[in-house]
Amino acid sequence: MERLVFLLSTGLARGAVLALFALSLVIVYRAARAVNFAQAAMAVVPVYVALAVTSAGGSFWLGLAVALAVGALLGAVVERGLLRLVPQETPLPGIIVAVGLVMVLQAGLAMVFGPDHRPVHAPFSQRPFDVGGVSVLSPYDLFVLVVAAVVMGGLALLFSRTSLGLRLRAAAFAPETSRLLGVRVPRMVTLGWMLSSATAALAALLLVPTGLGLDPHAADVLFVNAFAAAVVGGLDSPVGALVAGLAVGVLVTLVTGYASAAAAPLAVLVLLTAVLLVRPHGLFATREARTA
Amino acid sequence: MSTATTSPATSPAAIPATRLLLRAGLLTLLALGGTFLLDPYRNYQLATAAGIFAAVAGLTLLVGLTGQLSLGHAVLMAAGGYGYALTATRVADALAGSGAADGVAGLLLPLLAGVVGALVASGALGVLLGLAAARLRGPYLAGLTLALVIALPSVAGTVPALAGAQGVSAPFVPVPDALAALIAVEQWHAWLAILLTSCAVTPLVALRSGRAGLRMRAVHDDETAARLAGIDPGRVKAGAFVASALAAGLGGAVLAVVTQQVSPGAYGLGFSLLLVVAAVVGGLGSLGGAAVGAVLVTLLPWLVDQATGALPADLGHRLQGNLEIAPFGVVVIVVMVLRPGGLARLVRGRSRNTSLSTNTER
Repeated sequence: MERLVFLLSTGLARGAVLALFALSLVIVYRAARAVNFAQAAMAVVPVYVALAVTSAGGSFWLGLAVALAVGALLGAVVERGLLRLVPQETPLPGIIVAVGLVMVLQAGLAMVFGPDHRPVHAPFSQRPFDVGGVSVLSPYDLFVLVVAAVVMGGLALLFSRTSLGLRLRAAAFAPETSRLLGVRVPRMVTLGWMLSSATAALAALLLVPTGLGLDPHAADVLFVNAFAAAVVGGLDSPVGALVAGLAVGVLVTLVTGYASAAAAPLAVLVLLTAVLLVRPHGLFATREARTA
Repeated sequence: MSTATTSPATSPAAIPATRLLLRAGLLTLLALGGTFLLDPYRNYQLATAAGIFAAVAGLTLLVGLTGQLSLGHAVLMAAGGYGYALTATRVADALAGSGAADGVAGLLLPLLAGVVGALVASGALGVLLGLAAARLRGPYLAGLTLALVIALPSVAGTVPALAGAQGVSAPFVPVPDALAALIAVEQWHAWLAILLTSCAVTPLVALRSGRAGLRMRAVHDDETAARLAGIDPGRVKAGAFVASALAAGLGGAVLAVVTQQVSPGAYGLGFSLLLVVAAVVGGLGSLGGAAVGAVLVTLLPWLVDQATGALPADLGHRLQGNLEIAPFGVVVIVVMVLRPGGLARLVRGRSRNTSLSTNTER
């Protein structure tokens, strides 16, 4: 029982990171109708920069701010400089370009920073609190949950309550009509990419202290798990990404805790396959979700 | 007189079966003869490239003709490799137990049984993925196959027969006595690799130039129109995936014969992406391009390894296994942006047919 409580609470913290990353995939899907397969590699670059900032004497918070800025910049560069150059009618060219980008970024990082794991220290203690003899969340887990909640709340406000959010949504759902009404659609698509890759960078930054450390492939498994969460939630739905992200995080932690760490990717694969075969559009997608 | 009034050709692109077989036989003989010009290590590399070629040929056919992208063809190769290794080991042990391990039968039976095992294993996985491919498109299939690659070490660790990260070993196939005086073992393995690869690629050529290829193109270009013409898109997509999986499985069997070892580490994400690189660089849909791409992704990492071996340890450690990946990535991006036809289109110099899309609100 105590073990279950501990695993559930840890799973929620892991799930919050997953939900953030899944949300980043949903944002870019809504903006550009594409899944960004380079999201993992693009999210690791800002983490390296943040680590460089903190090890050069900057505070954790300065590193965090720099990572967000670098992430947003990278998103803009990739969208304007690469993906706009290939045909968008089918998803294939974009995915292949993303595969090429993954190879360039990961090999480049390994050559510049070395292929080994670099230990990353959490800004808060990772020792769990003791509540009535049951160990639950650590201070760092709490920090992750708070940050994730704040960011998701902020994004929800941005999309639903501001004029910019309205334009972003309009550009995604009816590009031609929005253009006629004066929305600068290409700029909105780029903004969507920037928001997405900054969110992904934040998720990777929060993930790294809980794992083995930072290496160019540090976010690969996070991407696969978040992709599964985004698909379970319906690629279109931010709420779906949040709920499914938390659920997948808890699932992975439970499987790791009760079976083995090696079984976790298998559980995610089974979940993804089952959802894709039974409900390819996810459990939370709205009826008018498009297939292409 | 009768020859002039035979039934009309099935499709304009169809190559007559005899000519196709003749061409395949000639190319295979040419490759077999070519092994005499190479030293043992080059023959080993040729055998590896042949195995990769089989898988890339399957992948390029799948992507080029049906537009479905698999990022997990390394897993299909691994399935073929495991199928080969496990079956061949069983049969070899059974033969040794019954005292019939000598002679040509003792040599060929494990090999053939292993190939059948490879086809069964990769075919079964291909059918499962094909069922998914029939219902999914674009990013979903790519994501599912990516998850499969990431989960391969877990599968190997969970199923006892696959022996975890260490992997399973495949029986050594010695040179037959009749040939022992003539060729070295590397050349013999190159022969086996070439023969198996031609068995994998020739059906793909027939498939592509025949009715099935026409159906795949029809489904790719316009699914609704294909459906109206009486084609079942799901069945065509699933069939294409299975054909592609069988070719990849034979490629995995080739690598198992050559290296006598199958382990999940050899079929990771990096290798899977390299297969995509080879298909893209050669030109999606082009089997000749797939051959060039396969040679490229076999030789370039080796050349880089040679070059970085001479460097200081720290720098070499950083560059090893990475120096060739970055240019591969750049080439893939450049090909997709500038020349989506790849090398094949570059050689033929055909202009790209522009797709007429009136559907702007996706």
